[in-house]
Amino acid sequence: MSPDVETTFVQAIAQTLAIAMRADERVIVLGEDVAEGGPYRATAGLSEEFGRERVRNTPISECAVCGVAIGAAQAGMRPVVEIMYIDFITLALDQLVNQAAKAHFMSGGQLSVPLVLRTQGGASGRGGAQHSQSLESWLTHIPGLKVVMPSCAADAAGLLLSAIADPNPVVFVENKALYFKSERAPQVASPIAIGEAKTLRRGDDITIVATSRMVGEALRAAERLAGEGIEAEVIDPRTLVPLDTAALGDSVSRTGRAVIAHEAVRFGGFGAELAAQIQELAFDSLEAPIQRVGAPFTPVPLSPQLEDAYRPGADDIYAAARFAMEWDLPETQLQAERQLQPATSAAGQL
Amino acid sequence: MPKMDAELAQRLLSTMWRIRAFEERVAQLKRTMQVHGLIHLSIGGEGVAAGVCGQLRDDDAVYSGHRAHGHAIAKGAPLTGMMAELMGRVDGLCHGLGGSMHVVDREHGMLGATGVVGGNLPMAAGDALAAKLGGTDRVAVVFFGDGAVQAGHFHETVNLAALWELPLIFVCENNGFAEFTPRSAHTKVASVCDVVAPYDFERATVEGSDVGAVWTGFGKFLKLARRGGGPFLLECRTHRRAGHYEGDAQEYRDELAEQEWAQRDPLARFQVQALAAGLIDEPTALEIEAQARAAVEAAVESARKSPFPTAELAAELVYA
Repeated sequence: MSPDVETTFVQAIAQTLAIAMRADERVIVLGEDVAEGGPYRATAGLSEEFGRERVRNTPISECAVCGVAIGAAQAGMRPVVEIMYIDFITLALDQLVNQAAKAHFMSGGQLSVPLVLRTQGGASGRGGAQHSQSLESWLTHIPGLKVVMPSCAADAAGLLLSAIADPNPVVFVENKALYFKSERAPQVASPIAIGEAKTLRRGDDITIVATSRMVGEALRAAERLAGEGIEAEVIDPRTLVPLDTAALGDSVSRTGRAVIAHEAVRFGGFGAELAAQIQELAFDSLEAPIQRVGAPFTPVPLSPQLEDAYRPGADDIYAAARFAMEWDLPETQLQAERQLQPATSAAGQL
Repeated sequence: MPKMDAELAQRLLSTMWRIRAFEERVAQLKRTMQVHGLIHLSIGGEGVAAGVCGQLRDDDAVYSGHRAHGHAIAKGAPLTGMMAELMGRVDGLCHGLGGSMHVVDREHGMLGATGVVGGNLPMAAGDALAAKLGGTDRVAVVFFGDGAVQAGHFHETVNLAALWELPLIFVCENNGFAEFTPRSAHTKVASVCDVVAPYDFERATVEGSDVGAVWTGFGKFLKLARRGGGPFLLECRTHRRAGHYEGDAQEYRDELAEQEWAQRDPLARFQVQALAAGLIDEPTALEIEAQARAAVEAAVESARKSPFPTAELAAELVYA
């Protein structure tokens, strides 16, 4: 293991891309403004070192750029394509969903698409409804795609190396709010296996499963709970597809309670799948309904006060954990019964 | 007709007969539900497949659309693997998991058909980019219909290919129909060559039912693409004798008169030309047709013996 150094998430991405490009000349980087380093500097320094053939600026043509990367991948390259905001992945979905995800299957295994599609989501900085979404759950619904969603610089680096080496299309979902805070990570990244969850904190009272930015929020909530005598276990699945269901089942079988936290809209979010998996694996151990924390069922608002209120955080996780912990107290039960009244509208229940 | 020797003439005729015999048999099998899924026949378009793919190497990539049988066969895909694929059998080229619209034969450079109109255009550009970055003289060819030209991915791909000067040859089979409606109901632009005119790369329109014209037109672009030129567009005017899919009642158009069809049938047309030029004699022509039909029949028999794929195999092939 190489010694830890001070870095940021976005620096770790740029450095890891450079490591991969040095190691394998089939690795190319494509996307809007990538040769200029990109708006978040995630590809900073690459065109200077590797040239503008391998670090290739593209027009604003998400569909064609994604398709070009797929074709190049099928021809033996290892493209890493950047879609600047996950909101724009909508424009590339035909290529990603109908072509990349299915090429290996439909060809009976003759073709493979070793493609990494890097993108970033999340509400931060008042980006408004078209630059702030968390759309990862869409992608988890497509057999053939892998979906990776790291929560820290060290994991981002290790998982990116594995994603580039993977023979399948991997969607690598970053969160812009994580990009610039100072973190410690190994100076030289080594690969982290795709499909292995990480337990960040041990505890026996309740399990908090959190993704991406919500992992840090979960740790903060866990500290507050610890001050009140509740020991929370915090698990980051790190990859949504494939999902380390065993890690979730084992933990909840022990704690009997679970809170799931993601930044995406709660309704129809990946948390629903996590909840379903947990109840299948640990139903007999559950002592309270699985709680889900996520964003309300509205587009992301621009206005600062509204965006701040929209983003789920440590307080929401804390409240959900307290609710689960108090479930078997009679007073809470009454409160819950009130909450379980049928919602009058889809938005109303959120 | 371009200058060609007897060997080439026979090869082209043979390719076209293999496609025609295959598709006529597929149409029969579809009526008795022995081939599965949506079946789009290219009867009337064999001249394009033979004239283009006959000049390519196995390491050149061909991408096609939903009407792809002819392109695959002309690129070298075996009839047995093709037929078994359409019949959903495990010995199909794609183990029966792809079917008519998703035929792939990697060994012969048939990189894929697609059920999404125009969906393979950018992928072909990606293959051409890989060829260019790899410093090879490989080229990529993408077949599409005039219906794909109105889709956004066509314009995005044309722009990228022109910008990056990719060794990519666009081959448009303009049969005048996008599914059920004529081109005039889809666009004000009369020809596909006009659509790409602002990008200022070389383009040409040829009569697709004339395999010699296709051969010459494509050959010129291929030579330039091998030397690093590109992209190019070859627009082939074709006639789709069959419906959009097998079973299409085709109420949207009048049938061609038999006489007119004879003139637009690439096989009949080439056979007459080759006979007149002394490149082939009548018995040889009949023998080529008979061989093609026998090969197709053997493919059907072989496919019938092949089992259907298992669910376990399907599950294994989701990820590489």
